[in-house]
Amino acid sequence: MKLFQSVQALTRYDSSQRGPLALEELKGVLKYRELIVELVRCELISRYKRSILGIAWTMLNPLGTMLILTLVFSNLFHSVEGYPVYVLSGLIAWTFFSQTTSTTLHQNVWGGALLHRIFIPRTVFTLSALLTGVVNLLLSLVPLALIMLIVKFPFHLSLFFLPIPILILAFFTLGVGLLFSTLSIYFPDIVDMFQVALTAWMYLTPIIYPLEIIPLPLRNWITTLNPMYYFIEIFRQTIFSNNLPSPRLLIVSILISAFFFVSGWLVFTWKANELTYRT
Amino acid sequence: MLKKEPAVFLENASVRYRSPIEPYVSFKKFIIHLAKQQVKMEDIMALNAVSLAVEYGETFGIIGRNGAGKSTLLKLVSRVLAPSNGKVITNGIVAPLLELGAGFNFELTGKENIFLYGSLLGHPHKEIKAHFSEIIDFAQINGYIDAPLRTYSNGMIARLGFAVATSWSPDILILDEILAVGDEEFREKCFSRIESFRSTGSTILLVTHDLKTILSECDRAVWLDKGAIQKIGLVQTVTDAYQESMNRMGENGVGG
Repeated sequence: MKLFQSVQALTRYDSSQRGPLALEELKGVLKYRELIVELVRCELISRYKRSILGIAWTMLNPLGTMLILTLVFSNLFHSVEGYPVYVLSGLIAWTFFSQTTSTTLHQNVWGGALLHRIFIPRTVFTLSALLTGVVNLLLSLVPLALIMLIVKFPFHLSLFFLPIPILILAFFTLGVGLLFSTLSIYFPDIVDMFQVALTAWMYLTPIIYPLEIIPLPLRNWITTLNPMYYFIEIFRQTIFSNNLPSPRLLIVSILISAFFFVSGWLVFTWKANELTYRT
Repeated sequence: MLKKEPAVFLENASVRYRSPIEPYVSFKKFIIHLAKQQVKMEDIMALNAVSLAVEYGETFGIIGRNGAGKSTLLKLVSRVLAPSNGKVITNGIVAPLLELGAGFNFELTGKENIFLYGSLLGHPHKEIKAHFSEIIDFAQINGYIDAPLRTYSNGMIARLGFAVATSWSPDILILDEILAVGDEEFREKCFSRIESFRSTGSTILLVTHDLKTILSECDRAVWLDKGAIQKIGLVQTVTDAYQESMNRMGENGVGG
């Protein structure tokens, strides 16, 4: 009898006895964590299978872009010490952000067919896109290390701190992806608008140029209003200087990241039902 | 003795969603209309205060025209949707059967797809491993498990999907127009497996436009129209009433 009751409790579903949506989603994600891993695995395997160089492209891609940018800009920005490393580190962080958010938007808006048929926690696909992005980011640290060796850039102990900036950036990315996915439920145009905005955003972030070349009033705008400035900055500082990012910079980044993550999670789980109604 | 709860229980369950009367596909158009205060929203009731109970071991049919709310009802039961009003209770593991090929990745091998599909249905990796040989036996894809899915025939994909989805004997099985695919031999195999679930006490919800299947398979049925119950009861009475209404509509030349 005891056994029967516990099994019963496990599989009984009562729609009127659910907790807050954001919390239910969190529980669901924990329960479906193996699915997330499986989705990441499948994504990586199928990319690997599609082309001859396969997974190497995740490393060759930023390397190629960095080479072009270095050829074009290194004379212009000769004030930057170790320009190839400067560009590549910024690019890696930016690519992670832009790719993950775009994939998230596309998946949530156009690729939701499965979510309409079977019960899967709604953020599972977003989280698997995020995790795939993190794996790609880690892979692209290999060419970064290579370039650092080639240009004889010093390796600092602070590199061991790198997981923290990555984690902070990942939560920010997740939050932005979820917020814009929610908006896109109502206006699918957002998906395309976001792509354009990303390009503008990239040029407003000191990735290929040093912050110092921006004239002062505009520079202050960037450093106060552009959250990506902070994330790229803490990511880069751990590579460039042997000091950890300043506590002030870290705290600001963590606060921004936490704000976007929490609001994205709340808004998306609150409105995710609409996703099933609309499409 | 405690009174046993039904397997599926809906109490005044409604699904309502707000939708602009004009479709605002573009953001620009929406902003313009919003500025002019011309955005009019209407409430659409996909399901309107539906109450029903499906007992353990019953095979229950759901009929109605397109847009009557059949799929919405199934979504409530499979937890894809939550009701806007009222409540939905299910007791037991609910397994919906997906349409052909949904949930598969065609670049991956059959083996990889079994794990992918199994995890989509919420099964842990370890358990999928335990069911693995049974799945490929039922699907009859023994020699092809390491070939990519895009090389499979439609029949093989249908068999694989069905094999994975039904490898865990569900308490509540949802069949939505699913048995229209595949060859005769495979259909029979599916039906015999469904039959065995039924004999062990599984509850089955069946949606199909084919009234003959409903009549031969179901004990009771519900006829939905515009999100509300028109008739519920023994399968013969419900299909008769539905048939009659369809005929009447045909004569008047309305709907279809």
